[in-house]
Amino acid sequence: MAAGRTERWVNALVACVLTTVAVVGGGRVLLSLDREALIQVLGWMVLLLPLAGFAVLAFFGGWLKRDREELGAGVIACAAVTVAFGLAAWMTVKFATIEGELTGSVAQHGAYLKAQGVSAAARDEILTKVGRTLELTPYFPSGSAVSASVDWIRVGPLRVAFSLLIDRLSLLMMLVVTGVGALIHIYSLGYMAHDPERVRYFSYLNLFTFFMLLLVMSGSLPLLFVGWEGVGLCSYLLIGFWFKRPSAAAAGLKAFLVNRIGDAALIVGIILAFHVLGTVELVHLMDATRGVEHPGITEQVAGLAPETLGGFGPLTAIALLLFVGACGKSAQVPLHVWLPDAMEGPTPVSALIHAATMVTAGVYLVARLSPLFVKAPTALMTVAVVGLLTALLAGTVALVQTDIKRVLAYSTVSQLGFMFLACGVGFFGAAMFHLFTHAFFKALLFLGSGAVIHALGGEQDMRRMGGLWRRLPWTFWTFVAGAAAIAGLPLLSGYMSKEAILAGTLAAGHPWLTGWALVAAALTALYMTRLVCLTFFGLFRGSAEARDHVHEPPWVMRVPLILLAVGALGAGYVGVPRLVGPTLATPVASEAHAVWLTPLAIVLALAAIVATAYLYLEFVEVVPRLRARFAVVVRVLEAKWGFDLAFDWLVRRVVVGGSTALLWRRVDAGLIDAAVNGSAHLVDVLAERTRALQTGLVRQYALVLFGGTVVLLAYLVWR
Amino acid sequence: MSAEMLQHALYLSLALFAIGALGVFLRRNVITVLMCIELMLNAANLAFVVFSRAWGSLSGQVFVFFVLTVAAAEAAVGLAIVIAWQRHRDTLDVDAFDSMKG
Repeated sequence: MAAGRTERWVNALVACVLTTVAVVGGGRVLLSLDREALIQVLGWMVLLLPLAGFAVLAFFGGWLKRDREELGAGVIACAAVTVAFGLAAWMTVKFATIEGELTGSVAQHGAYLKAQGVSAAARDEILTKVGRTLELTPYFPSGSAVSASVDWIRVGPLRVAFSLLIDRLSLLMMLVVTGVGALIHIYSLGYMAHDPERVRYFSYLNLFTFFMLLLVMSGSLPLLFVGWEGVGLCSYLLIGFWFKRPSAAAAGLKAFLVNRIGDAALIVGIILAFHVLGTVELVHLMDATRGVEHPGITEQVAGLAPETLGGFGPLTAIALLLFVGACGKSAQVPLHVWLPDAMEGPTPVSALIHAATMVTAGVYLVARLSPLFVKAPTALMTVAVVGLLTALLAGTVALVQTDIKRVLAYSTVSQLGFMFLACGVGFFGAAMFHLFTHAFFKALLFLGSGAVIHALGGEQDMRRMGGLWRRLPWTFWTFVAGAAAIAGLPLLSGYMSKEAILAGTLAAGHPWLTGWALVAAALTALYMTRLVCLTFFGLFRGSAEARDHVHEPPWVMRVPLILLAVGALGAGYVGVPRLVGPTLATPVASEAHAVWLTPLAIVLALAAIVATAYLYLEFVEVVPRLRARFAVVVRVLEAKWGFDLAFDWLVRRVVVGGSTALLWRRVDAGLIDAAVNGSAHLVDVLAERTRALQTGLVRQYALVLFGGTVVLLAYLVWR
Repeated sequence: MSAEMLQHALYLSLALFAIGALGVFLRRNVITVLMCIELMLNAANLAFVVFSRAWGSLSGQVFVFFVLTVAAAEAAVGLAIVIAWQRHRDTLDVDAFDSMKG
C-alpha cells in the first residue's frame, strides 16, 4: 500500500518535472522564432496536440487504466485540448498584430501617394499592387497565411500540398473547436466518471478534435476531405460508444451511411473543381473566383461564362455538389435524418460533435468557398431554400418531441438551417456569426440537459421531469441563459446573430424568405419555452426513486456550464461578421433595411415565449385538448414529416426490392450467372462429344497415324 | 544395276514394309508389334541401299547407319517399357494399354 503511494508520488513528480522542462524548453524555442515562423509552428502544434493526446490514450490506455482513480486519461485529453486552445489564442493575437502592421503599411503608402497628388483611381491601382507584393511574404490583404507545405499528392497535373491555411476564418473555427471542445472535455470528466470505458471515450474525443482542426485548417480540398471523413468516423464511433445497446449501434450506422451520400457528392465536387478550375488549393479556389490573378488558373475561370440565377454551368455544378456534401454533414433536409438518432451517444458528444462543431463543418465549407458560391447564383438560391426549409421542418418537429435531447437535436438542425439561409442570401459573415454563437448556447443546452439526465439517473423523457428548478439551481439558471439566447431574447447572443441573418435576408431582397425565417425564429422560441417549462417547472412527474436521486452536478461539470452561459449571453458582442468579413465574399445588399424587422422579431419571440409559458404553466390541461384538436398535424409532426418513413420506403422498396427483383433475379442470376454457367456447359457438351475419340486402343491410334501419313504423302505426290 | 533389278528390290522393300505395318495393326502381342516395327525400319533400310546403289551415292548407306542406331535405341526403350508393363499388369496385350481412354 505504502509502496503504491510512493510510486504514485514519484510518477507525479516525474510528470511535473518533464512538463516543466517541456514548457520551458518549448517556450524558449517558440519565443526565439520570428513571427511568421511562430504562427506556422503554433498552427502545427494546435493541430497535432489532440492527435498526440489520442496516441497516448490509444497506445498507453491500458497502463492508465491500472490507476485506480482512472483520472489520468481524462486529464491528458483535457490538457491536450486546453493547451491547444491556449496556443490558438496566442496565434490569433500574433496574427492580428502582423495583419495590423501590414494594413498600416498599406495605409501609409496610400497617405504618401495622396500627399504626392496621385488621383484616387491611380492610387487604388498602386495599392492593389502593394497588396500583391505583400502577398509574396505569405500574407496578403485578405489575411491568410499558408504554412510551409510539403507535397502530399503529385499525379500528373494534380498537385496537392500538405499545408495549413491560417486566416481569420480558420482562426475563428480553431478557437471555437478548441475552446468549446476544452470545456466539453472538462465536463466529460464528471459526466463519464462512472463509465468503465473512459479511456476509449477520451481517446475518441481527442481524435475528433484533431480531425475537426484538420478540417478547418487544411489548405486544400483533399486534405479538408480527410478531416471531413475523420470527424465522420469519430462521430460514428462516439454515437455507437455504448455499442452494446442495439439502438446506439444502429444510430451510429445510420449516421455513417447517410453521411456517405453527402461525402460521395463532396468528392465528386472536389474532382469537378479540379477538372474545371485546375486546382484544389483553397487559396487558389478563393482567389480564382474572387478575381485575384493566378497564373494558369485565372485563364480557366475567365474562360467560363458568367452564370446567372436559373442557369446551370460548371461552377453551379461544383457548388451544388459541395453543398450536397455539406447537407450530409450539417444535417440539412433531406439528409438530416441521422442527427436526431445521433443522440444515442453520450451527451457531451452530442454537445461537441452534434451541436457545436462537426455539424457546422458544412457551413464552414460553404463560407470558405463563398467566392465560388456567389459566382453560382442557382446554387446559392438552392442553399437558401434548403436552409430555410430545414429550419422550418425541424423547428416544427421539435415542438412535439418528448425526449429532451431530441428536442435539442431538432433545434440544432433548425439552427443549421438558419446558417445555410444566411449563406444562401450571400451573408456568409452572418452565417459564421450564428455558427459562433450557436456553438456556445447549443453546447450549453446540451450540457445542461446532460446535467438533468445525470441528476435523474439517465431519464431523458420530459414527461417524467418537471419542477427541477428548485433542486438544480445551477443547472436551471445556466440552462435558462442558453434557452433565452437561442430563443432570441434581445441583446443576447442568439438574438444578435439571428437578427443579422434576418436583416441580411431582407437586405438581399428576399421578403418571402424573411417572412418564413421569422416564423422559424418564432418556432425556436416556442419549442425552447416548452422544453424549459416541461423540464424545470410544474410538478415532478417521475418516480419517487428518481426524485430522491436528483442532485446538482459536481463542480467539474458546473464550471463549463457557467463559462458557456457567459459565452451564450455575451458572444453576440464579438463582431464576427466584421472580423471574418475579409476572408468571405462580400454580400450583395440593396440598402433596403426595414425598421420594422427588429421590433417584429422581438415581439414575435416574446409573444411565443409568453404564450407557451402561459400554456404550459397555467393551462396545462389545455395541451391534450389542443393535441386532440390538431390530431392530424400532431401525427405528421410526430412522424417527423415522414422522412424516416420515406427513407425506409426508398431503401427497402426501391433499393432492396429493386435489387432483388431486377439486379439479383434478372441481371445477376439471369445474365451474369447464365453467361458463366452457359460457357461452362458448352465446354462440357463439347468435351462429351470429343472424348469418344480417345478409344484407348493403341493399334487404332497407330492406324490413324499411318492413314494420315499416307494421305499426306499422297497429297504431296499428286498435288 | 538394271532398272528391272531396282524394281524388284523396291517391291521386296514394299512387301517387307507392308508385312511390318499389317503386323503392327493386327497383332496384339507387344513384342510382335515391336518386331514388326523393326521389320518396317529394315524395309526402309533396304530402300535406302537400293537407291544408294542406283544413284551411285554413298549418302543412302550413311542413312542406313543412322536408322540402325535409332532402331537399336528404340528397341532398347521399347523392351524396357514392355518389361515394366509386364511386371505392372501381367499382360503383353496391346489393347490392355488403355489407361488414357476418354
